[in-house]
Amino acid sequence: MNRAALTERLKAGVWKDNPGLVQLLGLCPLLAVTTTLVNGIGLGVATLLVLTFSNALVSATRRWIRDEIRIPIYVLIIASLVTCIELIFKAWFPTLDRSLGIFIPLIVTNCAIVARAEVFASRNSVADSIVDGIGMGTGFALLLMAIGFFRELLGQASVLSDVSMLTGNDAFSGFSFADSGLLLAILPPGAFFSLALAVAVKNAFDRKRRRSRNMGGTRSLRRSD
Amino acid sequence: MKDSSAILKSGTTLAAIAAICTALVAATYHLTADRIAANDKAILEQSLQPALSDIFYDSGVSESRLVIPPPHDLPGSEAAIIYRVYATENPVAALFVVTARDGFSGPIRILLGVNYDGVVTGVRILQHRETPGLGDKIVSTRSDWVHQFADRSLADPVVAGWAIERDGGEFDQLTGASVTPRAVVKAMRDTLIYFDAHRDEIFAAAATEDAS
Repeated sequence: MNRAALTERLKAGVWKDNPGLVQLLGLCPLLAVTTTLVNGIGLGVATLLVLTFSNALVSATRRWIRDEIRIPIYVLIIASLVTCIELIFKAWFPTLDRSLGIFIPLIVTNCAIVARAEVFASRNSVADSIVDGIGMGTGFALLLMAIGFFRELLGQASVLSDVSMLTGNDAFSGFSFADSGLLLAILPPGAFFSLALAVAVKNAFDRKRRRSRNMGGTRSLRRSD
Repeated sequence: MKDSSAILKSGTTLAAIAAICTALVAATYHLTADRIAANDKAILEQSLQPALSDIFYDSGVSESRLVIPPPHDLPGSEAAIIYRVYATENPVAALFVVTARDGFSGPIRILLGVNYDGVVTGVRILQHRETPGLGDKIVSTRSDWVHQFADRSLADPVVAGWAIERDGGEFDQLTGASVTPRAVVKAMRDTLIYFDAHRDEIFAAAATEDAS
C-alpha cells in the first residue's frame, strides 16, 4: 500500500467514516461508559486493540472461510480476542477494569467490529485490514475520549479525575475546578446530548470545509483561465 | 454427495478455528491468572482498610472470612460476609459486608467496621446505584456524610436515635435524598444489634472455605 492510500484509510476511520459519528455504530458502550475521560480512554484503547487484531485475523483466514460460516467465525474470533483483552486488563489495570465493568466483555457485541470484519477485512489484504482497524479504532477511541472529556468537564467540573486507574499511583489525581457540576451531563440524557452535539459539530465543520473548497475551486479555475 | 462434503469442510474449518481461539484464551488465562488472583486479594484488603481506621491488628483479614448464608438477622436477603480481625490472636474488630435492600434504586452494599466493644470504626459504601449528585453523597469520595458514624455505638445514640433527623434520629440526612440515608442508617443499626447479640459466636467460628 502506498503512502497516500494509507493516510486516506486512516483519515476515513478517524473522520470521514468515523464508526461513531458517521456510521453511528457501537453506541451502547459509547453512551454508557463515557462519564469520564479515563473511562473513554480505557474502553477506546480496548476497542482499538480488539478491532485491529480481529481485522488482521479475519483477513488472514479469509481464503479458507466459506461464506455460510463466516459470521460464526467472526463472532468466535472477536469473542476470544475480547476475553484475552479482558484478562489482560484484569491483570494490569484492575481498577480500570472494575470501573468499565461489563462494558469490556460487551465489546463482543459492538457492531462496529463485526461491520469492519464483514465490510472490509474479509475482502482486503492483512496489511490493509490492520490499517483499517487502526483507523476505525482510533476514530472510535477519539470520539469516546472527546465525549468523556466533555461530560466529565460539565458534569463533575474535572479532567482526568480517575487517572490513577491508568497509572496505578495516587500521586496525581487529575484537575478539579469545582465541587460539583451540571449533573445532567453525567446522567444518560447527557450522553445523547453530547453525541448529538459531536455529530452536529462534525457536520458543520464538513459543510464549511466543502464550501470553502468549492470557492477555492472556482478561484483556481479562474486562475487557469 | 457434494452437499455433505461442503458441510464437512465447513464443520472442520469451524472446529479448527474454535480450537485455535480456545488455545489463545487458555494461554492468556495461564499468563494472567496469578496476577489477577493477587490483584483481587489486594483490592479486597484495600477496600476493607477504611473501615478499620487505625486499629492495630496482625492477622490476615481476607483469610478470616465468615459467610453467613440466608436466612439471617443481618440486613439483606443474600449471604452476609464478616471478616474477623485479631491482634495476637485476640479479637479486636469485625468487618461486616451487608446489603440495604430499601435504597432508592437497587441494593446498597455497605462495609461496616465494629471494634470488639461494639463501637463503629468506619463505614464505606461498596456498591450502589443511587442517583448521582443526590443519593450518591453516601460515598466517602462525594461527601463527608459517611464519616459521622465513626466512634458511635448502640450506646451513643441509643437504638431509637439510630435514624436520620427527619425520622427523629440523630444522624444527618442528605438534601434532596432521604430514602438513601434512611436505608443505610437502618442497615447499620441492624448490624450493630446483630453484633451485640452474636459477638462471641462470630469470633469463635471457623473461616468459611472458598467454594472453588
